[in-house]
Amino acid sequence: MSQQNQPEMLSGGAMLVRALHDEGVEYVYGYPGGAVLHIYDALFQQNDVKHVLVRHEQAATHMADAYARASGKAGVVLVTSGPGATNAVTGIATAYMDSIPMVIICGQVMSHLIGDDAFQETDMMGISRPIVKHNMSVRNPADIPMMVKKAFYLAQSGRPGPVVLDIPKDMTIPSQKFPYEYPKDIKLRSYNPNAKGHPGQIKKALQTLLAAKKPVLYSGGGVILGRASEELTELAKRLNLPVTNTLMGLGAYPASDPQFIGMLGMHGSYEANQVMHNADVIFAVGARFDDRVTNATKKFCPDATIIHIDIDPASISKTISAHIPIVGLVKPVLQEMLSQLDKLAGKAEGQLDQTALASWWSQINQWREVHGGRYQQRAELLMPQAVIEAVHRHTRGDAYVTSDVGQHQMFAAQYYKFDKPNRWINSGGLGTMGFGLPAAMGVKLHYPDAEVVCVTGEGSIQMNIQELSTCKQYGLGVKIINLNNGYLGMVKQWQDMNYDSRYSSSYMDSLPDFVKLAEAYGHVGIRVTTPEELEPALERAFALKDRLVFLDIHIDPKEHVYPMQVPGGAMNEMFLSKTERT
Amino acid sequence: MRHIIAVLLENESGALARVVGLFAQRGYNIDSLTVAATEDPTLSRLTLVTRGDDQVIEQITKQLHKLIEVVKLVDLSESAHIERELMMVKVKASGEQREEVKRCADIFRAQIIDVSPTTYTIQVVGTSEKLQAFIEALCNTQILEVVRTGVSGISRGEKALSL
Repeated sequence: MSQQNQPEMLSGGAMLVRALHDEGVEYVYGYPGGAVLHIYDALFQQNDVKHVLVRHEQAATHMADAYARASGKAGVVLVTSGPGATNAVTGIATAYMDSIPMVIICGQVMSHLIGDDAFQETDMMGISRPIVKHNMSVRNPADIPMMVKKAFYLAQSGRPGPVVLDIPKDMTIPSQKFPYEYPKDIKLRSYNPNAKGHPGQIKKALQTLLAAKKPVLYSGGGVILGRASEELTELAKRLNLPVTNTLMGLGAYPASDPQFIGMLGMHGSYEANQVMHNADVIFAVGARFDDRVTNATKKFCPDATIIHIDIDPASISKTISAHIPIVGLVKPVLQEMLSQLDKLAGKAEGQLDQTALASWWSQINQWREVHGGRYQQRAELLMPQAVIEAVHRHTRGDAYVTSDVGQHQMFAAQYYKFDKPNRWINSGGLGTMGFGLPAAMGVKLHYPDAEVVCVTGEGSIQMNIQELSTCKQYGLGVKIINLNNGYLGMVKQWQDMNYDSRYSSSYMDSLPDFVKLAEAYGHVGIRVTTPEELEPALERAFALKDRLVFLDIHIDPKEHVYPMQVPGGAMNEMFLSKTERT
Repeated sequence: MRHIIAVLLENESGALARVVGLFAQRGYNIDSLTVAATEDPTLSRLTLVTRGDDQVIEQITKQLHKLIEVVKLVDLSESAHIERELMMVKVKASGEQREEVKRCADIFRAQIIDVSPTTYTIQVVGTSEKLQAFIEALCNTQILEVVRTGVSGISRGEKALSL
């Protein structure tokens, strides 16, 4: 800023970069091209905002997304028009499905060419509309600071989500300058995201929980996004609630705590699904009763009174009707519950039904014995579950773990016991293969001292394997745990269970030599084929602090993920192994 | 159930596409949709006629609310309201048909707004049901063209959808 209220004169491109800096952005992930060259030149001429050059735009979106998942702040992507923008689409949809704050800046052809089918023109406003929280197109360069502010505000407030900013090339011409001032805050008459929750509803919810005989706390990604893990844990402790987390919610409640009963849903623990099905009160916090959680909605938890806290009213009673809906940010709502609970201390109405809870817990402990996360140990073969347990040991349970999509993702969710929020980073809603490696990169870049592990499979890793090159360029020492079974394992599992093991296109018979591939990119590759090799390999990998190590771990190709809910059944109808079902 | 939803929308390019896109994406029905700017040029008012059970209508209103450019909305069908639709019908009108068509238009309090030696163009205003009834009443007449605006709606009494 120059002196005495005289705003500095900047071009559209320079204003964009300055606005990002004023918003506190440290890294932008992207790929240059014609429509964004003015912006790239503006980036080049300053040092505050750093650019990370990926090898494919999809990876840029996943890096930004994972940064947001780990830090809570919006990640920023910069891509050119046309193919640059369309390559970003999968990553935008990934962020949208998991409510991840992200700002995607897309170049666009010059304003006067829009609609002419110009070179590298695509209607990114139209393409992205169903997969963004909001999108905006710049019509006047002078609006850029306000639009950047608005983009971050929308992305990060309320139910977060990705926001696309479409910028025609002529909005960033270096010679056309405008007074720059970054707005301090922004108000929109049509958008008011800061709901605190209705105190009357909160009171009703608390009374219902206090009177419950068989309660359960079911929490989701909203608690992670809403930074409400502490409040959630305290409330669960004080009300003596069993806690289950969704795939997106893992880490919100410490997995090593005795009140934690595991993940719920399709591959949830036996006890979590039983507790849900038999509960008299379900306390849903920042979760959305996704179809991978509920199984058949008609058979869902027949005896339960449902309390549902969510910032998005559209998530309440969408698939499962809530008896006590509370629209609000989870953190203030849980705080209000805690403070109402304080006021009840010592009073009769503030007492739990201890007898009922004791018998509920004894029932839960019996359920714990039934399956208990057991898996078969086959001689000579490495079991994927054992690999995850070993990784947990070697990282003291304190790593950031990213994953791709498939069996390995479920094994990681089940067997890496997350004690902290924001540590488990995976594409839950969209189920995007190719997410894991760029996600690990996004986390490692921001937390260079943290251990960052990407749990993947030989199918998923090949969807963004080109990013090994980006890792080399930026020295990103992530550890890749490639659970290699030679099959698209989850597809194969479904084919085993539903298609008489007809492996239609789920087998790859020309896999690369991943060790040589890692080495070709300048990294360390280690192959593990027997159980005895696992420990020394992990030891070596985690000792190489600053290097990317690609562990190609050959596992039992026949293993399935269990428990698995029976399709079309109730919560508690599950296959427990290849031969047992409830 | 048929519902009439009135929406105040930021008068910005792309805002309408978001509303229409929402209905297409989530598989909701649109029977009719009308939109135009209001007395405040920054706001458009949109009237949507849709169908669905209570749960679907609840989702529709919640999802509409979620769109950043939707400022306010009301389900007019929840309370007393007035709905009107305008229709223009061009019919073959020659010989003795001319008199009969005119009589029919009078009964419906419709107006003949354009005349040629062989045709009438008739304007009818009313509820969608009335418009439908008028078309049925013309069953002996050759209809050349029908154009309807779709429903506009407003609450009765002091209730108003405004900022």
